[in-house]
Amino acid sequence: MQKILIIGATSAIAEAAARQWAARGAALFLVARNAAKLDAIAADLIVRGAAKAGTRVMDATDTAAHAAMLDAAVAALGGIDVALIAHGTLPDQQACAASVELTLHEIDTNGLSVVALATRLANLMEAQGSGSLAVISSVAGDRGRQSNYVYGAAKGMVTRFLQGLRNRLAKKGVQVLTVKPGFVDTPMTAAFRKGALWAKPEQVARGIIAAIDRKKDEVYLPGFWRLIMLIIRHIPERIFKKLSL
Amino acid sequence: MTAAPLSAWGNLGWPPAAEVRRCGERGAPLPAVAGTLLPYGNGRSYGDSCLNPGGTLLAMRGLDRFIAFDAGSGVLACEAGVLLADILAVFVPRGWFLPVTPGTRYVTVGGAIANDVHGKNHHAAGGFGAQVRSFELLRSDGSRRRCSPTDNADWFAATVGGLGLTGVITQAELQLRRIGGNAIAVHNRRFTGLDEFFAANAEAEHAHEYAVAWIDCLAKTPRGVLMGGNHVDAELPAPRGERNVPLTPPFSCINGLSLRAFNAAYYGKPWPTAQTVHYQPYFYPLDAIGHWNRIYGPRGFYQYQSVVPPAAAREATGEMLAAIAASGQGSFLAVLKNFGARPSPGLLSFPMPGTTLALDFPNHGAATLALFERLDAIVRAAGGRLYPAKDARMPAAMFRAGYPRLAEFTSYVDPKFSSGFWRRVMENN
Ligand SMILES: Cc1cc2nc3c(=O)[nH]c(=O)nc-3n(C[C@H](O)[C@H](O)[C@H](O)COP(=O)(O)OP(=O)(O)OC[C@H]3O[C@@H](n4cnc5c(N)ncnc54)[C@H](O)[C@@H]3O)c2cc1C
Ligand SMILES: NC(=O)c1ccc[n+]([C@@H]2O[C@H](COP(=O)([O-])OP(=O)(O)OC[C@H]3O[C@@H](n4cnc5c(N)ncnc54)[C@H](OP(=O)(O)O)[C@@H]3O)[C@@H](O)[C@H]2O)c1
Repeated sequence: MQKILIIGATSAIAEAAARQWAARGAALFLVARNAAKLDAIAADLIVRGAAKAGTRVMDATDTAAHAAMLDAAVAALGGIDVALIAHGTLPDQQACAASVELTLHEIDTNGLSVVALATRLANLMEAQGSGSLAVISSVAGDRGRQSNYVYGAAKGMVTRFLQGLRNRLAKKGVQVLTVKPGFVDTPMTAAFRKGALWAKPEQVARGIIAAIDRKKDEVYLPGFWRLIMLIIRHIPERIFKKLSL
Repeated sequence: MTAAPLSAWGNLGWPPAAEVRRCGERGAPLPAVAGTLLPYGNGRSYGDSCLNPGGTLLAMRGLDRFIAFDAGSGVLACEAGVLLADILAVFVPRGWFLPVTPGTRYVTVGGAIANDVHGKNHHAAGGFGAQVRSFELLRSDGSRRRCSPTDNADWFAATVGGLGLTGVITQAELQLRRIGGNAIAVHNRRFTGLDEFFAANAEAEHAHEYAVAWIDCLAKTPRGVLMGGNHVDAELPAPRGERNVPLTPPFSCINGLSLRAFNAAYYGKPWPTAQTVHYQPYFYPLDAIGHWNRIYGPRGFYQYQSVVPPAAAREATGEMLAAIAASGQGSFLAVLKNFGARPSPGLLSFPMPGTTLALDFPNHGAATLALFERLDAIVRAAGGRLYPAKDARMPAAMFRAGYPRLAEFTSYVDPKFSSGFWRRVMENN
């Protein structure tokens, strides 16, 4: 029975992953800031077959609360085999450009809070000598673009940070997985018109679980984004800066 | 940028809702909006009963969580946006099945209640509403009521088959039924002529929990295949993955020639008299092809589903089939079934004792609508009615004639709620 901690457990992608883990009989500990949604999800996972579904309300940007949350998770589960960090927000780039405060807040939510959590989880798993740390970054972190560079910068920081952690923990039996979804049809992107490039959260969740099971380092989900981002990353800056992306 | 509009299954080109609001928390209040509201389940209704052109649609699929399951009694509590497909995926492997299921599993629990949907076991089990133990109804005034056949029984009766107009169903308790495996023992029998159908069907209803007939509506003498089924204690592998019609072709793939050829071949194909199959191809043959509705092209299609009382059933059904054959229009999807005597709980429930006929028709504009008027006359004269879940065109008078408890129902309609269908049958004439 896998012992799984999910931070940002009310995210559509995280919930889809939790359902797939529940069907396998996993024990889960769910962390998010909306208590009512958290309770509804926990009850659902029990019906679907989860051995356990503990919950804890926490705002991820409240870094002072992280240590106690992890203690509670370890106490409830008796160790952590898999941790998935999934929380995030999609900032309004124009509003960010007009507000330093908002920009820093978004960097905090999507970048710093993740770095703080990953630091503690890495240490915990290093001490355990085992574990999988999976973090949802984004294809947006691969290159800065005018339409969402605050989000992209935060995700880019996460991606780089995880590279370093992976390098550090490679010899310690700890997996560090960077998940880079493309466009996913979730509440975060409710306002966008969906086309052929869009994936469903269930599909992305399946990809995350498969990558954890196979001890991968990095996944693009769906896989075709690896190619798209390869091209995007290689467009020369003097051309790239003139594109409206 | 805006999200893609929500559509109904018939793709008849209804104007979109002005706004779509997603429901994600069952405890949350309804959104405050200027115009009218209508819950939208999974859009498997054919016409405008699940649409609210110009108003707000409440997208219910976000409420898709199970709440509790009692493995002793088989009672499942879940949110209203859960798909029947989700229930089957989780509970069939544990030995439980839906007590009633329509011909597609991609419908929500809320949608199944709001249309009091029926299945191939109506003669034995009644409709979906008869198997609902309770639900919560949330109204635009903020009130929440637990409704069951005994608590708030009047609200229960108004909301079962209530077309989403009495408020939002947030969660429900369903009674699942025990099964010993995922397989169905099917008994197929060809018939020619309606007399043979009615005789064979009477036998099938004794021998089988499920019974339904496919008919070739283009043949001069009606002919078809009656498919009886029972659960059996056997496990079969699930059928291979589903196919999908990825986009709407610029024209309809269904025409008189392709249909006649198809129906003749389908009727003539070898039908093993006895066969054991996985439950999916028996209950949901069309679910194997995602978005099959797109084959009707950009003009879309209609379904016409009627029920006529037993005394008039033989004659009225014969007249309808003759009118359809004479028109040369018609479809592959033509289904004939008898409803049983178990009373429907809803004030506007469609099922009543008698014979129901359901047919898909490509949208050929005026010619198709003229055929429907001929059929309406037959159904009305027989004392029958049409199914709002399938309807996109019935005249107001036809609706009123078919649903004698309509006046009683209207007092339960939420003042903020409306639908394209409701305005069509209540406000126009
Ligand atoms: C291939 C196919 C086969 C079918 N076979 C059958 C059959 O055998 N028998 C049968 O009876 N029907 C059948 N149907 C019709 C289908 O079962 C019904 O139209 C069903 O109600 C659709 O459910 P939905 O979740 O898609 O809801 P929608 O079509 O989106 O909505 C249906 C109605 O429910 C209301 N509603 C939805 N959610 C809620 C809620 N939470 N609270 C209150 N109201 C709500 C809507 O306002 C609307 O009035 C079939 C349809 C298809 C496409
Ligand atoms: N959707 C996409 O196209 C896409 C693409 C690439 C990457 N991603 C990433 O995928 C992850 C999951 O997103 P999603 O698509 O599933 O969207 P989602 O359903 O909107 O989930 C985002 C979740 O993050 C939570 N959250 C936000 N700020 C938080 C905070 N300060 N503390 C705790 N929780 C917080 C939200 O909680 P509340 O419910 O309380 O608001 C919400 O549950 C995110 O990291 C996102 O950046 C998404």
